[in-house]
Amino acid sequence: NRFQLEMQTVTLIPGDGIGPEISSAVMKIFETAKAPIRWEERNVTAIKGPGGRWMIPPDAKESMDKSKIGLKGPLKTPIAAGHPSMNLLLRKTFDLYANVRPCISIEGYKTPYTDVNLVTIRENTEGEYSGIEHVIVDGVVQSIKLITEDASRRIAEYAFEYARNNQRNSVTAVHKANIMRMSDGLFLRKCREVAENYKDIKFTEMYLDTVCLNMVQDPTQFDVLVMPNLYGDILSDLCAGLIGGLGVTPSGNIGANGVAIFESVHGTAPDIAGLDLANPTALLLSAVMMLRHMGLHDYGNKIQTACFDTIRDKKVLTKDLGGNSKCSEFTADICRRIQDLD
Amino acid sequence: MERPEKLQQVFGTTLTSHRNKSSLTRENIPPPAKYGGRHTVTLIPGDGIGPELLNHVREVFRFSCVPVDFEVVHVNSAVETEDDINNAITAIRRNGVALKGNIETKHTMAPSVKSRNNLLRTSLDLYANVMHCQSLPGVQTRHKNIDIMIIRENTEGEYSSLEHESVSGVVESLKIITRNNSLRIADYAFKLAREKGRRRVTAVHKANIMKLGDGLFLQCCREVASGYPDITFDSMIVDNTTMQLVSKPQQFDVMVMPNLYGNVVSNVCAGLVGGPGLVPGANYGHVYAVFETATRNTGKSIANRNIANPTAMLLASCMMLDHLKLYDHASSIRNAILNTMNETRLHTADIGGQGTTSEVVQTIMRFIQSKGQLTSEY
Repeated sequence: NRFQLEMQTVTLIPGDGIGPEISSAVMKIFETAKAPIRWEERNVTAIKGPGGRWMIPPDAKESMDKSKIGLKGPLKTPIAAGHPSMNLLLRKTFDLYANVRPCISIEGYKTPYTDVNLVTIRENTEGEYSGIEHVIVDGVVQSIKLITEDASRRIAEYAFEYARNNQRNSVTAVHKANIMRMSDGLFLRKCREVAENYKDIKFTEMYLDTVCLNMVQDPTQFDVLVMPNLYGDILSDLCAGLIGGLGVTPSGNIGANGVAIFESVHGTAPDIAGLDLANPTALLLSAVMMLRHMGLHDYGNKIQTACFDTIRDKKVLTKDLGGNSKCSEFTADICRRIQDLD
Repeated sequence: MERPEKLQQVFGTTLTSHRNKSSLTRENIPPPAKYGGRHTVTLIPGDGIGPELLNHVREVFRFSCVPVDFEVVHVNSAVETEDDINNAITAIRRNGVALKGNIETKHTMAPSVKSRNNLLRTSLDLYANVMHCQSLPGVQTRHKNIDIMIIRENTEGEYSSLEHESVSGVVESLKIITRNNSLRIADYAFKLAREKGRRRVTAVHKANIMKLGDGLFLQCCREVASGYPDITFDSMIVDNTTMQLVSKPQQFDVMVMPNLYGNVVSNVCAGLVGGPGLVPGANYGHVYAVFETATRNTGKSIANRNIANPTAMLLASCMMLDHLKLYDHASSIRNAILNTMNETRLHTADIGGQGTTSEVVQTIMRFIQSKGQLTSEY
């Protein structure tokens, strides 16, 4: 495949705290794997544009618009900075409508749950996070949950496309249409309609509470899950908990116009920043997700195998994984395995 | 100069589990009783596994000579009119107490046909849904030593059933949080925590996103917490809560939350201790009380096959007996259930065994009989 040899540009946003060091770890691993990626580093601290509206720096936007693919480390949540969270800003700027989290049990990192292999696809623009709230009278607050036909259809289509492109067998719509008859009912109807065009993928529907109940007893019964914003937020974190937490969970955000930003969803860990103690697994697995999205499956598989082998071997683990090695040692071990695999 | 709460703690569970169970909801109201000391309780069979499980409850009650008569009210989930559910609500107002199975909400019906279960809860103002999740020694689970009380606001929040299509293709669903109901549920949670000698109450919320709504809820919890300095209060965001629950559920003690998060958390916890067949739930208002299984499953796929787990519904009926102050009957049946679960290992399929529902129920009745209490002939 000729495209695999051409260098592709990816906008890299190292982020704050441990962001820069885990980003360098990923770059080093990619270099060792000879992945055809050219990194373009950008900063996304919010700036006030003309008209007083907060926006991301124009050079970051330009880079992303051109490259279409981004990899992002953790960003500091500003308190009293006057501007909204950076994640929200990015989401609005690039219309990142789908949040995708593959949750696969990592052999070698033991949790009470084994054989987890599912993907949560969360609608990321509307739903309960519309931000529309009013005080009706003193002591009565109304929060509005917005569900639209277009957004529901879009996320359903993405979910089925993802299932098809990644050889997944079924898509389950998660909802509470017994209680929220109209809103979740609309979401469900759209999913059903889209399912008609994907007869090769099995489509099921399940109540949110039943999913939670079954997920903690037997997560192996789930494959691809698609759902509105809030349920997605809760379920994606629940599933991350099943495989070991945010430190090992990859995540991707798909936007309109072909933009996709892959990110680690853990925090900036300021207490260990700069001390070479951070675990780059989450960002690395997100980068692997990115490679697969770009069609570079071979490189993705190679890097993932090396990473999982290092973790399974248990010899050079970072502190959060139960060892006492440095980030650089962990990274070096993965690089060594990649070279051996070649 | 002992404070009354301290005395309760000294005597421990024996005292608190029996005597003051209903002090929270019905301070001055005696349980309704008909002539001759027999109580009448409304029974709503519901759909799916509801009818068969409630029949087993009646069987066990009959066998143990429990002085409770059931007034059965059927609610047909296939009709659009609300006559049936209104009859049920009237019956519960009359009797004060009910035991119910889940009433199915059919998607094929128009969105204007609201969930019957929800209508019941809001009409009777059953504002507190209480669920006690405990690891049972006889049941195999991934996590051990779980002991969590979940108190969930049961009437408002996302379950307000206020939806409209403002523009074609755009639906708005309103989530209502009020100061009154938030204070009320927080108060219930702290009172219950104190009564049961629990040390910590955690409020579950998403106030970082829903700043006004969940922010109000959290603020009300904090206000109530300040009146209970002996109990630690903290809060946790709902997504982190679910992550913590699947990795370290032992850290939680009492949890209080709005309606939808309550739905999620209670199902997660039920799953952690062994599944929907094990945990009973109670819905309390100031005047009425309705008992059911905690996770409210209809169980259509396992209905009428004699494989459903009767534990949750039977334990719910014991909670009801405690509410009616029939403590001895409640203890006797409860002990028989727990013995069957823990000693004889006669498990139904949902917890990994091969027993049938009737085998479990027969064993429970044998245990009750063996304790020497008055029983009728089988």
